[in-house]
Amino acid sequence: MATFELNFALRQGAFVVRVAERADARALALFGPSGSGKTTIVEAVAGLRTPQRGTIAIDGRTLYSHEQRVNVPPRDRRVGYVPQDVLLFPHIDVRGNIVYGERPGHADFEGLVDLLDLSDLLQRKVTSLSGGERQRVALARALMSNPDVLLLDEPMAAVDLPRRRRILDALLRIRDELHVPLVYVAHSPDEVRTIADRVLVLDAGSVVARGAPIEAIG
Amino acid sequence: MSRDILDIALFTTVTAALATLLMLGPGIALAWLLARREFPGKAIVETLVSLPLVVPPVATGLLLLWFFGRRGPIGGPLEALGIQIVFTWRAVVLAMAVMGLPLLVRTARAGFEQVTRRYEQIAETLGAGPWRIFRTVTLPLASRNILAGALLGFSRSLGEFGATIVVAGSIPGRTRTLAVGIYSYAETGQDRQAMVLLLVSIAIAFTAVLLSNRLAREA
Repeated sequence: MATFELNFALRQGAFVVRVAERADARALALFGPSGSGKTTIVEAVAGLRTPQRGTIAIDGRTLYSHEQRVNVPPRDRRVGYVPQDVLLFPHIDVRGNIVYGERPGHADFEGLVDLLDLSDLLQRKVTSLSGGERQRVALARALMSNPDVLLLDEPMAAVDLPRRRRILDALLRIRDELHVPLVYVAHSPDEVRTIADRVLVLDAGSVVARGAPIEAIG
Repeated sequence: MSRDILDIALFTTVTAALATLLMLGPGIALAWLLARREFPGKAIVETLVSLPLVVPPVATGLLLLWFFGRRGPIGGPLEALGIQIVFTWRAVVLAMAVMGLPLLVRTARAGFEQVTRRYEQIAETLGAGPWRIFRTVTLPLASRNILAGALLGFSRSLGEFGATIVVAGSIPGRTRTLAVGIYSYAETGQDRQAMVLLLVSIAIAFTAVLLSNRLAREA
């Protein structure tokens, strides 16, 4: 369980994302149509976009505060970010990608390889992987940095239907066995119901509903 | 092939290789700066880097002669340390490097511009600092372009004439390169030697450009 404090405004051109939320969740889903600001929020938490004002904190650890002039650089935020386009390093093999962000003394390489079923992929070139395989490698890479929270931007988007179950199982185990809180940009209401215990429903840059999935999206 | 010809070909190839090594550090740094950073005077730096492409090479040679001559602002202090530049092999390397640098910078810059910022951002969220990101992500992803640029710079160095003859002269066995040699032989009526040098220089340049094009295509 983590406490997410997302209280900020971020302008990108004519588009403005405004959130003022405090949520306790093991997995917080961001749900809404394309262009509603989900990715922007995730990137703000990762430190890849800087809000114009407000506060971002996870479990009381301030990552950004306009008032206190705090803006922790991405490399010190301890967030594992898996973007929608995954972005494995194309010039490094699977193993090299996974250990890229290793923080010594914490992450358990063998355990992660086992959890995400990656042992057959370790020597492969990332360009030869399927969508689902890429997603699993990216999860392992993010987790090896021993993050306080895992940010997932539509992790099912590039995975074909039969393989989605496998990713979902992995995510549930990450949530429940590794106890890493998730922020999950969701593609479908089914995913939200399966994985999230809280959801923020976004539209045009604002939160229009919030709560447990069953209340907020039915 | 006579001993002289072989010596000239070897000397040219080695000095061109040294010139390429010399331009690599500043070339990569400049290419990265121009591709990734906004800074005051960027347009001026951009122009200065490309200047040797358009200024008559002889003029560039004259500038180098002034700067690196025994009484020049750089050559003077070096002379005091016992290092001579002008009319030595060092001047050959210097002239080649200055003339080849614009080609390296332009090609490498395109490479850095192609590397998406997003890979670097991911590396950053994984805890990597700027230098590690540059070494492990940016540089490898731009490496083909850098290599292609270095080969172009090398090819340009092989054919360097105008700046070299001003700043290094045409001293047989000391500063005579392929291009300068062709000119010297032709001018003194030794057409056969000039012709052989011509063929050798075409063969070397052909190989270098071929490789460079292939690398640029694969990048």
